Amino acid sequence: MNASHRDEMAHAPVGYGRLVLLWLGLLGLTGLTVGFAGIELGSLVVVTSLLIASTKAVLVLNVFMHLRFEDRVFRFFVAAALAVLVIFFALTFMDYGFHG
Amino acid sequence: MAEPSVVDYLHAPSKHRGPLSWILSTDHKRIGILYLVTMSFFFSVAVFLGFLLRLELLTPGKTIVDPQIYNELFTLHGMIMIFLFIIPGLPAVFGNFMLPILIGAKDVSFPRLNLLSWWLFLSGGILAVVSLFLPGGPVDTGWTFYIPYSVRTNTTVIPAMTAAFILGFSSILTGINFITTIHRMRAPGMSWFRMPLFVWSLYATGWIQILATPILGITLLLVIIERLFGVGIFDPSLGGDPVLYQHLFWIYSHPAVYIMILPGMGVVSEIIPVFARRTIFGYKFIAFSSIAIAFFGSLVWAHHMFTVGMSDTGQFIFSLLTFLVSIPSAIKIFNWVATMYKGSIALEVPLLYVLAFIVQFSIGGFTGMMLGALSINIHVQDTAFVVGHFHYVMFGGAGFAAIAAIHYWFPKMFGKMYNKRQAIIGWALLTFGFQVLYFPMFVMGYKGMPRRYYDYLPQFQIYHQISTVGSWIVVLGLLIVLHNLITALRKGERAEMNPWGGVTLEWTVPSPPPVENFVTVPTVTTGAYDYSRYEKKA
Amino acid sequence: MAETQDALLIAGGDHVHRDDVGIKLGMWLFLFTELILFGGLFLVYAVYRYLHPQEFHLAAQELDALVGTINTILLLTSSLTVAMSITAIREGRKWLSIALVLVTIILALAFLGNKYFEWAHKFEHGIYPRSPLLLEMPPGEILYFGLYFVMTGIHALHVIIGMVVLGFSVRFLWTGVITEHSYVRLEAGALYWHLVDIIWIFLFPLFYLLH
Repeated sequence: MNASHRDEMAHAPVGYGRLVLLWLGLLGLTGLTVGFAGIELGSLVVVTSLLIASTKAVLVLNVFMHLRFEDRVFRFFVAAALAVLVIFFALTFMDYGFHG
Repeated sequence: MAEPSVVDYLHAPSKHRGPLSWILSTDHKRIGILYLVTMSFFFSVAVFLGFLLRLELLTPGKTIVDPQIYNELFTLHGMIMIFLFIIPGLPAVFGNFMLPILIGAKDVSFPRLNLLSWWLFLSGGILAVVSLFLPGGPVDTGWTFYIPYSVRTNTTVIPAMTAAFILGFSSILTGINFITTIHRMRAPGMSWFRMPLFVWSLYATGWIQILATPILGITLLLVIIERLFGVGIFDPSLGGDPVLYQHLFWIYSHPAVYIMILPGMGVVSEIIPVFARRTIFGYKFIAFSSIAIAFFGSLVWAHHMFTVGMSDTGQFIFSLLTFLVSIPSAIKIFNWVATMYKGSIALEVPLLYVLAFIVQFSIGGFTGMMLGALSINIHVQDTAFVVGHFHYVMFGGAGFAAIAAIHYWFPKMFGKMYNKRQAIIGWALLTFGFQVLYFPMFVMGYKGMPRRYYDYLPQFQIYHQISTVGSWIVVLGLLIVLHNLITALRKGERAEMNPWGGVTLEWTVPSPPPVENFVTVPTVTTGAYDYSRYEKKA
Repeated sequence: MAETQDALLIAGGDHVHRDDVGIKLGMWLFLFTELILFGGLFLVYAVYRYLHPQEFHLAAQELDALVGTINTILLLTSSLTVAMSITAIREGRKWLSIALVLVTIILALAFLGNKYFEWAHKFEHGIYPRSPLLLEMPPGEILYFGLYFVMTGIHALHVIIGMVVLGFSVRFLWTGVITEHSYVRLEAGALYWHLVDIIWIFLFPLFYLLH
C-alpha cells in the first residue's frame, strides 16, 4: 500500500567493485593464514589462524551478508548469538581448564 | 463492516474437507488446536506410564513388571513428558492460539512454516511411539541418553534420538516464527511495553528455543553417527569423554526447563490481574525477569553434573550461577503476590490453579536452591529428592500452568463454558493428590532412596506407598478435569465474549474468534492490564 | 521506536502484505541455529584438542593443506558470485543474475568433488571409522579423524542443502518470482550460502593448518 514500508530497509545495491575487492581481500587472508602455518610459531599458530579466520568471517558477515547495511537490530542479534556461543565455550572450559 | 463475514475459525470455509481442513490449515488457531489434541494424547500416554511406574514401586521387588520393562517405562515416561508434552506444551498450544490475537495480528509471520512445525511434531511423536515396537525393544537409557550406555545398549536408541531431533527442529521453527511475529506483526500502538506478559515470556522462550536446541540436535546426531558408523566421538573405548556428552546434553537440557516454565509464568501473569481486578504490579520487572531467566538459565547447566568429577572451579562457578537464577524467579513471585494484595479477588478456577502453581513452584524452587548448593547436592544427587524437585517445578509449575491456561482460555477457544463446580472438584483432587504423590519423594530421597531404582530397602516402603496412593488421586483428578472439558465441548453453555472481565485483546473478539481474529485491526492506546477503572471504584 | 513504526505501517496495510524484513529476520534466526549447531561441534573439537594437543598436531599432518586451500578458494569465490547475483537482479539484469547463481552451484559441485577425492584418498590409506589402522592409533588421533569425518561430512551436507536452495533460486529467477522489486528469496538463499562459507572458513585452519 505504501512504498515506504516496502523499501524500508532496502539499502542501495552493493557495487560489484566492492564485492570483488572484498573477495581479493579474503583470498589474501587465506594466503596469509596458509603462510603462517608454514612457519614454526608453536602454539601461536592456533591464535593467528583463529584471528585470521574471525577477520574473514566478520568481512563476509558485513559485506557479503549485508549486515553493515541492515537495521541495527540485526547486528544486535548476531552479537547476541555469538555471545551465547562464547559463553558456552567459556563455561565448558571452567571445567576442563581447571582439572588439577 | 458487514456482520455476516465474521465466521468463527471452527466453522470457517476451507478448500479441504473434514479432517483435511484441520491438518492442512495454516490458521494459527487451528494449528493451536491440533497441538492441543495431539499433545493431550501423548500426555495421557505418559501419565499412564507414570501410573504404572508408581504401581511397580508399591512393594519392594517385583510388583507388576520386570526390571527391564521398568527401565523402559521410566525412559519413555520422561521422554514423552519432556519432548512431546512439556517443551512444546504451552508455546505450541496457547502461544499459537493466543500470541497473534494478544498483539493484534491476523496470524503469525510464517503460517506455512507453522503448519510444518506441527507436522514435524507429529512425525517425531509417531516415530517415538513406533520405536517401541521395533526390534531391540523400547529404549532403556533414561531420557538423558547418557554415554557410554547409549552407545552400547541394543535397544532402539537411534529411532528414539531421531524422534527427539525432529521434535527439536519443530521447536526451533516455532521459536523463529514467534520471535519474527512479535517483532513484525504488532498492531498499531502495541509497543513493547504494552504487550501482555505472556507474549514477553514467549519471546524469551523463543530465544532459548533458537539458541539452545541446536546443541541438543548436534549432540544427538553425534551419538547417532557414533552408533551407526563407529566414529569415535564420545565412546571412552575410542578415547572419547562421556562427561563432554553430559556437558553438551545439559547445555540444551537445562535451558530447556526454562522453555517449559517461562510460558507457564507468562500464563500466571495473565491470569492474576484478571481475577484480582488490578493492574499488574511491576510490569517491567516481570517482563525483564523473563529475559533474565532465559539468560541466566543458559549459564547453569553443569549443576546437573556435580558428581561426575568436574574441576573445583567449575563446580564453584556453576553453583554460584545457579543461585543467581533464583533472583528473577523470586521477582516474579513477589510481583504476583503484590498484584493480588488488596485486589478484589474472584476465586475462579484459573486463579485456583495459579495459586497452587505459586505454592508448588516455590517449593520446587527452594528445593532447587538446596540442590544448587554443592554440599547438599553431593548427598542427594540421583535420589528421589531430585525427582520430587523437578516434578514440583515441572508438573506443579508448568503442568499446573497449562491446566490453568486451558481453564482460562477454554471459553475463548471453543465458545463454551465448562461446569465450574466439577472443575473445582478436579482442582482440589489434583492439588491434594499432587502433594501426596511428590512430597514423600523429598523425604525418602533425603534419607537415601536413589532414583530410577527398581528395588528398594523395606524402610522406604511407607513413603513409596503414600506416593503411589497420591498417583491414584492425581489420575482421578485428571480424569475429572478431562471429562469436564470434553462434556463442555459437547454440551457446555455458550460462553460470552468476555466471561472473566479481562482487558487484553483476546477478550475484545467474539468467542470463538473469527478467522482472521479482528474485523478491523485494533489500535492500542493503553498498557496490557489497565484496570484503573476498577481500581478507582474500589 | 522505529520498530513500532514498522509494525504500524504493516498492520495498517492490505491483507496480503509483504514483509521482506520479517522474512530476512526469520532467515537470520534460522542461521543462528546453524551457527550454534556447528558451534557444538567446534566445542567438541576444542575440548579434545585441549585434552590431546600432541596427537591432534600429529594427525593433522595426514591432511593435505593444498586440497583444503583449493576448497577454501572455491567457496570464497562462490560467495562472491552469489553476492553479485543479488546486485545483478537489483539492477534488473535477470540473465546475469541467473548465470551468477549457476556459477555458484558449479563451484559448489567442484568443492564436493574435491571433498570426495579427499575422503576416498583417506579410505585408501586405511583411515576410516573403525579401520584397523585407526584403532591402533592413540585416542587423540582416533578422535581427530572422527571429528574430521563428522565435521567435514556435516558441512558437505550443508553444501548440498545450499545447492538445492540455490537451485530453487534459479528456478524462481527464471519464472519471474524473484524480480528486480522482489528479491528477498534470493537474499535468503544467499545468506544461507554465506553461512556455509563462514563455517568452512573456520574448519579449514582447524583441520588443515594446525600441524
